[in-house]
Amino acid sequence: MKEELFVSGRNIPNIDPYLHIWHWQIPIYLFLGGLAAGILFLAAVYTILGKDKEMQATVKWAPFIVPFALIIGLFMLFLDLKHKLFFWQLYTTIRLESPMGWGAWVLMIMTPISIIWSASYIREVFPNWDWKFKFLYTFEAWVIKNRWYIAWPMAIYAVILGIYTGILLSAFNARPLWNTTILGPLFLVSGMSTGAASIILMSKNHEERRLIGRLDLLFIAVELFFIVHMIMGFLAGSQVQIDAANLFLGGEFTVPFFVFVILLGLLLPAVLEVLELIGFKVPIVIPAILVLLGGLIFRFIMVEAGQITRYLY
Amino acid sequence: MRYAMAIDTKKCVGCSDCVVACQTENNVPIGFCRDWVTETVDGTYPNVSIELRSERCNHCDNSPCVRCCPTGASHFEDGGIVLVTHNKCIGCGACIESCPYEARYSHPDGYVDKCTFCIHRVRKGENPACVSVCPTSCMYFGDLDDPNSEIVNVLKNRKFKALAPEAGTKPNIFYLT
Repeated sequence: MKEELFVSGRNIPNIDPYLHIWHWQIPIYLFLGGLAAGILFLAAVYTILGKDKEMQATVKWAPFIVPFALIIGLFMLFLDLKHKLFFWQLYTTIRLESPMGWGAWVLMIMTPISIIWSASYIREVFPNWDWKFKFLYTFEAWVIKNRWYIAWPMAIYAVILGIYTGILLSAFNARPLWNTTILGPLFLVSGMSTGAASIILMSKNHEERRLIGRLDLLFIAVELFFIVHMIMGFLAGSQVQIDAANLFLGGEFTVPFFVFVILLGLLLPAVLEVLELIGFKVPIVIPAILVLLGGLIFRFIMVEAGQITRYLY
Repeated sequence: MRYAMAIDTKKCVGCSDCVVACQTENNVPIGFCRDWVTETVDGTYPNVSIELRSERCNHCDNSPCVRCCPTGASHFEDGGIVLVTHNKCIGCGACIESCPYEARYSHPDGYVDKCTFCIHRVRKGENPACVSVCPTSCMYFGDLDDPNSEIVNVLKNRKFKALAPEAGTKPNIFYLT
């Protein structure tokens, strides 16, 4: 038996038993980042494939959410900062070693691209939209002409953004639950899946919903595979990693993880989407909303659970 | 130059003088601390052992906090001392998450704060406040690169351990056992 207690002024509720510095803002930030990455990636891919006529919601409507998602996400990050007035220092330094540093830069590039992308479609939504200045019309015409070329960097940056939401956590070797490189790809597919779900919610075209639904099914399958992989990796690791995995395998996060993330967030939507594919009438809204909620809860659980895993000595 | 600290767990009585000295010397706000004392009880009666440790930032050679800082506020000073530049820190909390020793805390003014090895004293050739005040003289501070320093001598002649070496951060606080 080993018992440790603090005999000095360290028994402070704010600091012990463990430092819990990231609250609700970070999971929302990661969720919105993943969602934005998913939508932009699919929009870019279908533009590159030349299917922007068939995939109206993917290429046009859904990207309208992205600037809002990214700005709210950045605002969440800002809310999380404790030394708020100094936030601009993020953009006076380039530190590639720091995931938060390069992530902030990726967002700095991604947000304008997403705004430009949506702006170039705005006159299709509001035919009476007036840009007021002539140069804006010229710029719009240029963007519309070069969408195919803009789509390439957008697809690449979307993947980087999606991976970043996972790497932000996995770079901390002090938190064994986060310290696994699979978290990057896992958050990326999860983001793709939530992006696909929001496209499904916005699409009115049956064929498009079917296609994106199938893609979503693929994302869900890959995500499940990555989750199993992650837990297997933990169980093959050191004691602190086994303890981290046990939070989900009998520990305090077992029920929320398996009920809300695995069952309601991944398996049930997958089953519903399969039923829809083989011809049953399933309101497509249900799996899409389940995927979105599952993705959000997954990030909350990962951020919360990760912070209670630590090295014990 | 490589500053390090060795703390004799056999001599420490857990008086927390180091904690109070640090809070006074560095104006640590009430309710926070840069160092702390733990008591680890191992085993069951009658086979019990007890270890008292004064803990603080380990000023690691491979510092995850310096690596993950997005603005470069966390940085190395001469002799491997890890410092936070207060007006460069944005309070994102990444370094707090990255520290396996939980040695950092969020100062009420917003920035992240932690042990500085009392760099303002060390530069004048004095010992850190915690070391100089210890009533049992159980703490040794010095330069690991100086073969004649007291700390090198004590580490040569005694058994010692570092905390959580499996975290791979190459800590520079050693506990004599």
